[in-house]
Amino acid sequence: MSVLTPVVATGVVGRVNPVAKLLAAVVLAIALLLSIDWVSAGTALLLEALLLPFAGLSARQLLARTAPLWIAAPTSVVAIALYGRDGGASVVEWGFLSVTEGSLALAGAIGLRILAVGVPGIVLFATTDPTDLADGLGQVLRLPARFVLGGLAGLRLVGLFMDDWRQLALARRARGVADSGGPVGALRRFGQQAFSLLVLSVRRGSKLATAMEAKGFGGDAPRTWARPSSFGLRDGVLVALGVVIAATSVTAAVLAGTWEFVLA
Amino acid sequence: MSTSTPENRSTAARDSSTGFTPKARTTPTRRWRVVDIVIASVIGVAAGVVFWAWGLAYTPIDSVLSFSGGFEGILNGGWLFAGVLGGIVIRKPGAAVYTEVVAAVVSMLIGTQWGFSVLIWGIVQGLGAEIVLAVFLYKSWRIGTVLLAGAVAGLAVGLMDTSFASAAAYAAGSKTIYVVTSVVSGTVLAGLLSWLAARGLARTGALSRFASGRSADARV
Amino acid sequence: MVLPVSGASGGRWASEDGARVTARGWGWRHAGRRRPAVSQLDLDVAPGERVLLLGASGAGKSTLLAGLAGVLGGDDEGDEAGDLLVDGRAPAEQRGRIGLVLQDPDSQVVLARVGDDVAFGCENLGVPRDEIWRRVGHALDAVGLDLPLSASTSELSGGQKQRLALAGALAMRPGLLLLDEPTANLDPGGVVEVRDAVARVVADTGATLVVVEHRVSVWLPVVDRVVVLDAGGGVLADGRPDDVLRAERDRLVDAGVWVPGAAPPAPVRSRTTGELLLTAGGLDVGHKGPKGRAVAGGIDLTVTEGRALAVTGTNGSGKSTLALTVAGLLAPVAGALEATPSFADGAGPSPIRWKPRQLLTRVGTVFQDPEHQFLTATVRRELAVGPEALGASPREVASRVDHLLDRLRLDHLAGANPFTLSGGEKRRLSVATVLASRPSMLVLDEPTFGQDARTWRELVALLAELLDEGRAVVAVTHDAEFASTLADDVLDLSAHARRTDPAEVRR
Repeated sequence: MSVLTPVVATGVVGRVNPVAKLLAAVVLAIALLLSIDWVSAGTALLLEALLLPFAGLSARQLLARTAPLWIAAPTSVVAIALYGRDGGASVVEWGFLSVTEGSLALAGAIGLRILAVGVPGIVLFATTDPTDLADGLGQVLRLPARFVLGGLAGLRLVGLFMDDWRQLALARRARGVADSGGPVGALRRFGQQAFSLLVLSVRRGSKLATAMEAKGFGGDAPRTWARPSSFGLRDGVLVALGVVIAATSVTAAVLAGTWEFVLA
Repeated sequence: MSTSTPENRSTAARDSSTGFTPKARTTPTRRWRVVDIVIASVIGVAAGVVFWAWGLAYTPIDSVLSFSGGFEGILNGGWLFAGVLGGIVIRKPGAAVYTEVVAAVVSMLIGTQWGFSVLIWGIVQGLGAEIVLAVFLYKSWRIGTVLLAGAVAGLAVGLMDTSFASAAAYAAGSKTIYVVTSVVSGTVLAGLLSWLAARGLARTGALSRFASGRSADARV
Repeated sequence: MVLPVSGASGGRWASEDGARVTARGWGWRHAGRRRPAVSQLDLDVAPGERVLLLGASGAGKSTLLAGLAGVLGGDDEGDEAGDLLVDGRAPAEQRGRIGLVLQDPDSQVVLARVGDDVAFGCENLGVPRDEIWRRVGHALDAVGLDLPLSASTSELSGGQKQRLALAGALAMRPGLLLLDEPTANLDPGGVVEVRDAVARVVADTGATLVVVEHRVSVWLPVVDRVVVLDAGGGVLADGRPDDVLRAERDRLVDAGVWVPGAAPPAPVRSRTTGELLLTAGGLDVGHKGPKGRAVAGGIDLTVTEGRALAVTGTNGSGKSTLALTVAGLLAPVAGALEATPSFADGAGPSPIRWKPRQLLTRVGTVFQDPEHQFLTATVRRELAVGPEALGASPREVASRVDHLLDRLRLDHLAGANPFTLSGGEKRRLSVATVLASRPSMLVLDEPTFGQDARTWRELVALLAELLDEGRAVVAVTHDAEFASTLADDVLDLSAHARRTDPAEVRR
């Protein structure tokens, strides 16, 4: 699955500590999720677009990775336009459905917000190597090493899943059951195949756990880290950028009077 | 060279089960073993891939359901089963949250439309299931408990979505439908399916290192 | 072969004191089981000794190794009796003193880059950073893995992965090295690589070695002592390799050990040849069908009733891809693959276009890993899948299932979950499920992979019977003995390879 593998870090962003990327993305997401309005989302999106060239992804890669966003945004826009909170002059009405100026404005805001929250997340993580992220979480944020590395080991097993899935599909054709039952049958087969994959993965995971324990993992003795993960100026700058974008967006929305705290 | 004689061997066989003093079988320790962490991660990662696929499939289904205002909540269970399954397989405090968070992170790394918010949602969803298991003091693993865990996770995500996500822009009627369908979805897709999956897993012997994989009384 | 006796390399490692192993009445019973896996074990292994551990399946060899490594688990995972000590202390308190290498190459790789994976053990032991990378370099040299530290671990071959696991254990500077069937899942080239690496390492470091393996002749040059465990408890035989192998020959052969010099008897076959089933002319095979690039090309072969075709070749030459193509599961990249009219029986000449139910009665495929084929929760239901897919009546299904359970000696397992069977039983089950729909042609991918001598003999006998019944067999194998015993025709793919198939190299 090419989407699963991170892009080899070419741009400046590639060399930034993954923890910094994580923090920047968190701050931004939280700030934007607190309100649904087109000013905060739009400002953030604009500022992010200015920074995109530094990300180190080619235009084609960028488009490919953010594809889910470009599909999701229009769908949500439609849904909100039809069912969103109404306000202002009515544009169209038909039974349960009603499109008003208010719901249209909300729809636009949601669409922008999906992009504003989604793009940085995808871009930042497309350039992150999982092992580096684990090193960062363990050394910089000092999360328990057992969980961070155990999680990383589990993540690594994903690459093997794809081969197994193919073999499972071929085996089902060989057993004569690859095409029975129509769409319900297809769903059941998918479920069965997914279950078989789960069994194989748990067994492989158990063997891996034994191997890791035999290498001294999981004990209480203090561990060292072979690959240093440091938080330096460059990383601080990225986090600061995230904070700045977040703050600017919120301020702009408040000043424009469109800020609407979701929980109010 | 020492070869055991026939007499030695038969005495040895007779004595073999008497040397073992089964220690008082107390509840397993609360501390996570390495195998707990790795299997929880495996379940989480596998679920994360399914979450990502579910998210892709969600969009066309959503566009159909979006003409029904709020019923897309029925799909929410597809993102909740990681926590419930992890919780009932590992049976240790924090398992539900951990597994759900790992699944969320993986689906986020692969790339979803919701970007980073998936992590926050994952924590809340995991907490929903975790709270139910904690209320029962991590001792009840009956199907009722599991269904309830799924239901509460569904409730949690329903409330989160109708407060912070796109569904927050819905009118009140649609919001209610959303939350209700989310609870139903959680109960069926996250609760029932997880229970069946865990039982199936135990039968294959894959969970022999877990309490969930060993029947309490029978010795094989 | 001549192997270094000790320290001949000039002491690149500070000579590690080998660890001493002591077992006194030791036993272990896994939680939830009635019978113990090991019981009444008394054993002494002196520092620097090299021991080959043999015994029938179920004698507790893997449990003993896991116990020595300290990874059996705590109170909630089983009951212990007696003492098992390394250097006089419990193994679980001495992580890093004991290195363990297991059978499955894929399940021991922890991290994605070679250097990181080898460094993992050192990190856990708290070794300072500079020292870690020094040790990593030495360990990789010692096992002969000449790869950059950033090489991807998922693209290594089986033999390379096992050597990687060995390097990871080595970097911890263990005094006791435990190997649990390290070469069982490897091709012949990989087996030799790993054996040589271990021999070098043990000679350099003077560590104590305990190996569990059925392939005795591979390890004989390395070990100086053989211990045979008794399935009922305790030690059956213990002494110099030649003595034990001679004294316990029959019992060992029975237990499935490959005793050197005891060649398996060739099965009696009637060698009649029947009709032609399938022909291939100028066939190119690859993974992505007509749009893909060929892994092997220009292949001509025929599959005939009553004849066995063995497909051999080095790792990556496309053997498995060819097997899947011939079995109608992968589309050919180019060239012709045609079923004769009598074989196709109205389904069309191209196996890839046959519907699954049509494929079922014509071709039976046995995959390399039986677990990929299991669909149901009990052995009986597993056998019934094929006949039921063909729409047979319940009585017919039951009769076929019972017949197969009997023929393949699986009756006592009829209600068991397929995943809980032993390796040999799983293999028998996967062959049985294929036979349930009575196909004329059987395609097997590495049927003897990882199997002990006993299962090997049973499989060869079974295939000989099937050939005499008039079925055709196509077997992909790197087991030269299997090919020479059974094959009527041999196709060597090394000459046909177009490019290396990464999916195959990994095995």
